[in-house]
Amino acid sequence: MNHRASLTDRAAAGGSGRHSHDRRRAGARAAAVAAAALVAGCGDDGTGKPTLTWYINPDPPPPPGFAGTFGQPGIAERCSTDEYTIATAQLPTSASEQRIQLARRLAAGDESIDLVSLDPVFTAEFADAGFLWPIPPERQRAFAEGVLQGAIAGATWEGELVVVPMWANTQVLWYRKSFAEQAGLRMDRPVTWDQIIEAASAHGGKVGVQANKYEGYVVWINALIMGAGGEIITDTESGDDAAIHLDSAAAAEAARIVRKLATSPAAEADLSVSNEGTVLGPFAESSGFQVNWTFVYTHYPEESAVRGDLGWARYPRTVAGRPSRPPIGGINIGIGASTRYPEQALAAIACITSLENQVRFAVETGQMPAREAAYDAPGLTSRFPADLLSLYRESIQEAGPRPATPYWATIVNAILSRWHPPRSVDPDTTPEQSEQFVRSVLRGDSLT
Amino acid sequence: MKATPVPPAPLSDRFRAENRMGWKLVAPAVVMMLLVTAYPMLRALYLSLFRYRLTAPDDREFAGLSNYVTVLTDTLWWTDVGNTLFIMVVTVAVELVIGFAFAMVMHRIVFARGIIRTSILIPYGIITVVSAFAWQFAFSLNNGFVNSWLPFVAQDFNWFGSKWPAMFAICVSEIWKTTPFMSLLLLAGLAQVPQDALEAARVDGASNWQRFRKVIVPNMRAAIMVAVLFRALDAFRIFDNIYIMTRGAQDTESLSFLTYRQVIEQFELGMGSALSVLLFLSVLLIAWLLVKLFRVDLAAARREA
Repeated sequence: MNHRASLTDRAAAGGSGRHSHDRRRAGARAAAVAAAALVAGCGDDGTGKPTLTWYINPDPPPPPGFAGTFGQPGIAERCSTDEYTIATAQLPTSASEQRIQLARRLAAGDESIDLVSLDPVFTAEFADAGFLWPIPPERQRAFAEGVLQGAIAGATWEGELVVVPMWANTQVLWYRKSFAEQAGLRMDRPVTWDQIIEAASAHGGKVGVQANKYEGYVVWINALIMGAGGEIITDTESGDDAAIHLDSAAAAEAARIVRKLATSPAAEADLSVSNEGTVLGPFAESSGFQVNWTFVYTHYPEESAVRGDLGWARYPRTVAGRPSRPPIGGINIGIGASTRYPEQALAAIACITSLENQVRFAVETGQMPAREAAYDAPGLTSRFPADLLSLYRESIQEAGPRPATPYWATIVNAILSRWHPPRSVDPDTTPEQSEQFVRSVLRGDSLT
Repeated sequence: MKATPVPPAPLSDRFRAENRMGWKLVAPAVVMMLLVTAYPMLRALYLSLFRYRLTAPDDREFAGLSNYVTVLTDTLWWTDVGNTLFIMVVTVAVELVIGFAFAMVMHRIVFARGIIRTSILIPYGIITVVSAFAWQFAFSLNNGFVNSWLPFVAQDFNWFGSKWPAMFAICVSEIWKTTPFMSLLLLAGLAQVPQDALEAARVDGASNWQRFRKVIVPNMRAAIMVAVLFRALDAFRIFDNIYIMTRGAQDTESLSFLTYRQVIEQFELGMGSALSVLLFLSVLLIAWLLVKLFRVDLAAARREA
């Protein structure tokens, strides 16, 4: 609700935050005109009907026996009209690689990028750099209508909705029911990290997390810190002067848990190189826990032994008395700053992010909708258990997003260089050292 | 590379004409070189003097040499220099020994020559990224075979969990992939060793080892020099294996990877350019040292052949 008020205020004030974007876009356009002279003719099929190119992140593979066009290309097909055709172009698999490729092309004023599927973590960076075509205020309000708060937060920069949420991802605690029972852990009440690490250690189980030297490890660290009531960074809009809060009680608590898991028998042998994929195998073979994104449910086939024994609960708490702040991800749709067809792109976004398409996409891929009403849609409720859907919705609503800052990639690298490998984390020194280091890196005094 | 030194004696007309002809022949290549290499190099030199981020082009400000000062006073730079030199020295030394053995085999082999030569060269035909993935899977603790093949290694040993095992895996993949290149260059050198000198040594009663040390190696000095120089400079710029296998985790980062992270991942065009200039200077320095060390005149080596 607060958010909607701020959108209106901004519109009334004339959107003061947008001037710098317009200036940058003018520069980008000048470069684009020069480039267009070289590639004139590309993109149109000669009939005058424009083709919108939509850069998509790869979808999961379609299930066996699926007929028709799957996932985002399917949406593109359904959203093409008599006025325009939507064509998809696939980006690399990892979010970091997607960011690198898109940023380079958008910085060069690439006119062929009309629509982009963006990960929320670099939305702030792209918006701040003027890589995104600003959505008019009245369209922002329409696009934000009925979308879960957690998803809106990841799509907003400086009070403006700069991209439109298409689907939302979140992490929950996945566990083997038989193991929790054997360990005597009641999963119908909120559990803490200490509880699951101790239960797994005592009964020969594992706790799967993501702790390779990549952004996914910082997702875990951020969730731990937010679960203790802290934040890595605030006042993000002041650029490299933003306030870093790594030297805090909350970060010390996070460091304690990282260390506790890393030095316990519950840590997987490949902890320091683990990612979302590596934890799936050990979880299926042995018993225990993993924190992971929503795709886990559809990953284990219905007929498998794991599915029957698969339990889910809210993301574990950092401290016993405080609700956890589950990580949030997903995909938002933005418009490339140098597009030749902004009006058509806006119309296409309205179709791509429609309730109907979000439900169909969720049923096909297991990626959860960003719209609240979609969780009650019959297509979804017949495909997923009701308690899992309400867990997802609750987690997205109360998520602890990663900070929206244009410097996120740099901050991630700086944090990783002090928090990786997990075994080296020391609650007494790591938080303080990492705060000093992130500051120094942002000032340009240190390499990371 | 330096131009051919001009002989001091009065030049014959023919020599001068040949020289002019030579310049005309290389002129198009030189112009192309200037266009495609000199411009980016000068551009990097210029950019390295700025604080400049791709995502904030308006905030670009002149910074003088401060990027260089930051880099050279940072422990990360020196750690990465150490890593890179370690990989270079270890891989080139091992490759020289194995490569020599392979070159000997390829040179001496009488039967199935084509097949044996080809199979020795196959790893070099494989894309570095692919070979890095193959070795990463081999060393992986979930689906690799290295742990079960090596009797003295625990089943759940994580090769990428700490620095030196990870370095070992990186070096193995680099050695596997590029040894054929080394042996190919050495094979070319072996072909230059005069047969009559070898036969004379044999008649004089020299042992295999003596013939190797006193006849083959001295006659191959230029070829060894070229092989070591090429491989050392390649190894110093190692990137793909590290990118695939560890992404620089556990302190296994090389200078190329550090530069990549600054320019490509963090969009720090100024700092990254300073790093790439320093990387370039390091490569020049290594090339110069190697040429000095082997005391080989490249031009002389060419004329001999």
